[in-house]
Amino acid sequence: MAKSIFIDTTRCTACRGCQVACKQWHDHEAVPTKQTGTHQNPPELTPNNFKLVRFSEHRIDGRVEWLFFPEQCRHCLQPGCKAAADAYVDGAIVIDEATGIVICTEKTKELTKEQCDEIIDACPYNVPRRNEKTGMLTKCDMCIDRVQAGLVPMCVKTCCTGTMNFGDRADMLKLAEERLATVKKDYPKAEVLDMEDLSVIYLVSQPREMYHKYARRELKPLNRADFLAGLAKPLRNILG
Amino acid sequence: MTQHWIDIKNANAILIMGSNAAEHHPISFKWVLKAKDKGAKVIHVDPKFSRTSARSSFHVPLRSGTDIAFLGGMVKYILENDLIQKEYVTEYTNASFILGDDYTFEDGMFSGFDPATGTYDRKKWAFAKDDKGSPKRDKTLKDPRCVYQQLKKHYDRYNLDTVSSVTGVSKDNLLKVYEAFAATGKPEKAGTIMYALGWTQHSVGCQNIRLGCMLQLLLGNIGVAGGGVNALRGEPNVQGSTDHAILWHILPGYHAVPTTAWPTLEEYLKATTPKTNDPKSVNWWGNRPKYVVSLLKGWFGDNATPENEFGYGLLPKCDAGVDYSTMFMFDRMYHGKMRGGMIFGHNPAVSMPNTLKIRKALQTLDWLVMGEVHDTETASFWRQPGLDPKKIKTEVFVLPSCQRGEKDGTTSNSGRWHQWHHKGYEPLGESKSMGWMLVEIFKRVQALYAKDKGTFAEGVLSHWWPEKYDADQMAALINGVFTRDVTIKDKTYKKGDHVPGFPALQADGSTTSLNWLYCGAYPEAGKNLTKRRELTQTPMQAKLGLFPSYTWAWPVNRRILYNRASVDPTGKPFNPELPVILWEGGKWIGDVPDGGAPPMIEEKGTYPFIMQAEGHGQIFGPGRVDGPFPEHYEPAETPLAKNPFSKQMNNPCMKVAKADMDLLAKNADPKYPIVLTTYSLTEHWCGGGDTRNTPYLLEAEPQLYVEMSHELAAEKGIKNGDPVVVESIRGKVEAIAMVTVRIVPFQVEGKTVHLIGMPFCFGWTTPGCGDATNRLTPSVGDPNTTIPEYKASLVNIRKADKVTELAI
Repeated sequence: MAKSIFIDTTRCTACRGCQVACKQWHDHEAVPTKQTGTHQNPPELTPNNFKLVRFSEHRIDGRVEWLFFPEQCRHCLQPGCKAAADAYVDGAIVIDEATGIVICTEKTKELTKEQCDEIIDACPYNVPRRNEKTGMLTKCDMCIDRVQAGLVPMCVKTCCTGTMNFGDRADMLKLAEERLATVKKDYPKAEVLDMEDLSVIYLVSQPREMYHKYARRELKPLNRADFLAGLAKPLRNILG
Repeated sequence: MTQHWIDIKNANAILIMGSNAAEHHPISFKWVLKAKDKGAKVIHVDPKFSRTSARSSFHVPLRSGTDIAFLGGMVKYILENDLIQKEYVTEYTNASFILGDDYTFEDGMFSGFDPATGTYDRKKWAFAKDDKGSPKRDKTLKDPRCVYQQLKKHYDRYNLDTVSSVTGVSKDNLLKVYEAFAATGKPEKAGTIMYALGWTQHSVGCQNIRLGCMLQLLLGNIGVAGGGVNALRGEPNVQGSTDHAILWHILPGYHAVPTTAWPTLEEYLKATTPKTNDPKSVNWWGNRPKYVVSLLKGWFGDNATPENEFGYGLLPKCDAGVDYSTMFMFDRMYHGKMRGGMIFGHNPAVSMPNTLKIRKALQTLDWLVMGEVHDTETASFWRQPGLDPKKIKTEVFVLPSCQRGEKDGTTSNSGRWHQWHHKGYEPLGESKSMGWMLVEIFKRVQALYAKDKGTFAEGVLSHWWPEKYDADQMAALINGVFTRDVTIKDKTYKKGDHVPGFPALQADGSTTSLNWLYCGAYPEAGKNLTKRRELTQTPMQAKLGLFPSYTWAWPVNRRILYNRASVDPTGKPFNPELPVILWEGGKWIGDVPDGGAPPMIEEKGTYPFIMQAEGHGQIFGPGRVDGPFPEHYEPAETPLAKNPFSKQMNNPCMKVAKADMDLLAKNADPKYPIVLTTYSLTEHWCGGGDTRNTPYLLEAEPQLYVEMSHELAAEKGIKNGDPVVVESIRGKVEAIAMVTVRIVPFQVEGKTVHLIGMPFCFGWTTPGCGDATNRLTPSVGDPNTTIPEYKASLVNIRKADKVTELAI
């Protein structure tokens, strides 16, 4: 059965347990970082950081809104990255039929840097990253090894506030809708982001562009990859 | 904690003050959010907007060091609007007690102050007594000398204008908090307070907490589900280490440390065992002789006999009136009065105030033994930047310590749950547990003494000592055993049997217990209750979130302390929806009650506050050295020229180290106009020795930063991400500027006061991450505990021309 992660950002305390647990499970190297005037570190997703808690702060009518966004691959139902990759190397990016998890395989090493850039560009959320050392394209794999063993993804396992939730897609959609209804009472602008198109579903309390640039889907001129991705989707989804 | 973590979910209002719970106790927010889901107001009062504030209902910024002014205003608000829980206050607290004639308060000072010693004569604060020796009471609360009326008088000065002007909190925000929290004064409502080092680390730290307790008593919030005063203790096992007295002023189980004022056991017990003439007062500390004798018997074994006062004479005695806390220990070291030392799991070269002095003090030692998992700034003080190791005389030994996962043992969490943890894997390399190190070191000391004798040989040699360290054996001894066959209430215990619980401890040498509070955790051989992981509960317990068979909580597996105060004098729960205990068929069900006596109104009924000699919660608290009512004093370093509440600027009893390096800025010092507050953060732990050596955590928080408002940054020409120098009268520190909307300037006494905040976890052994923030903070402490005033001091800040401590 298709699996989904529901991320309720209204419960996130940005403890970054998910960010660190993800690294630990994937045995990722620590990335040397610097303090640049923000708690967000490393500054971006990297081949060693499939999960990154983004911080953004705003003062609105004297009230502070400090927004946390545990960023990761959305595992699109019809992923633009896969469509773009398919054009070059068949099987470089695949969808696991049982769960709907989108996986960058070893075959992504066969892609050139330019092709990878094109694939990254095809992601409306700017998620995949190319490992310059191995040439492999990388991103969150929803801990498919754990999921196949009947366990929940590491980011969900480590979360203590109920921000990260994992389960059958239908259950997660239901949970998202219930939470949205509750959160809307205090935050009328709250929304669930692109629920119909994604396996990783975010609930946000503020307008999505306040979180970070790519929380709003980039609408780009139709390049080949977008075009191919678009062919497989209803028009309303392309328009976001 | 009077409660436990899960119970936070039962609160109708949560006041998080002096704590950044979401960052420092992440798991707490599991339960805070559950309460919020059910409609609880979550209130965060703190100098900066943090990750806690982001998830609270609202955040109120407060100038650091003004909590008493803020809360004093809440007392006035509650009394003026008559929002107290009346029955609770009159029956269960000392609000109705009449004060003796000697108690006065004038212009910031209580009666009995001796300026020569800087101390109060607390006898001046005694209650008036009736002919039976019990406090006189007026349950109408109208007597002008009763506690309630004196409380009203004391906080009458804490009006909205003055409080707002001192704290920098707008009047609207004050009222917003007061109203939301005071709403829990209704019998069926509960409010909880979550606090941590933001309350304790002040020269008025104890009184901050006292005032929190007083508010909770006025609102009837102690003993009930979702109530309480909750100290959030952390991963360093603060609860367990306090219980077991890793502090100089107590013995395990909260007995005063023996001093030269009490040369014999008889004198010691006489001075430390309270008495009551009131049959309704349980006065649990009346049992102290049983606990102290069992402790001595555990320490000295067969060498502890009634004839030698169970070895009391063999205990080292502190000089009466002398402060042995770490702050003054390092002061003595600085003055060359110590030759060597052992520092285990502590990084004072980063975490103690006025760190430059600490680093200099360490250089006076001939030898130093460190027990550490990683290299730290303390272990390597002799090679710190700017020092020539050849010129340092100290011989340093580092004993590699294993990590928690590499050993068996227990920790006690904030909710007093005593939990066993099993060794997960073998210790790395040659590392050993600290228990092993201590056992082996003292074994060798004893062997040397046996061979060569030495100073005080009897004390060293007569102490019982294990052959090898065994966590299970220690747990059994902490619980306690019978030293001979004993019959208690028809049950006979054999010599060597475990003591089933502290009610069975004796003052005659027939029992041992290394900590009476933990007696009952291991009631039989093979039955270590701290290993329990059962989730069984009654429906009543399920509603509360109480798991009586999951591990074990001190005392006697009671999960909510003072729970007898959750019911009215007839035994009826104040909140029938969520009872903690119920009187049914002649016994209490639910949680383990504070004693099995029937409801208070009945002839054999007892008062709920069993740890107080009078059995009542102390709104008037004559036990603290710096006053029975908390009073606002400015921090030792203050941006104000005058304290608007009185002519007394600082806590008259505060502890101040006075070495040549212990400089203090003047009041309203123009050279240091900015308030500095310091803190920890989620990603790093204490002095950072462990977490800076955990690469994933260093990746998330790599370098020292200073959080400041946009307004201050603009004033100083500083941009976000700029390297800056922060300077106090004691030292300077380099940091990266984090310019944020989360800190705002305060309007205080008609002027703008800026506040900045810095973490204290960084040190030079991690290259390029910055060095100790505590080089800025002063050696000033609370008079009751000597906890340093880390949270409020004065500094200045400027953009750095060049940096040497930070890799940029």
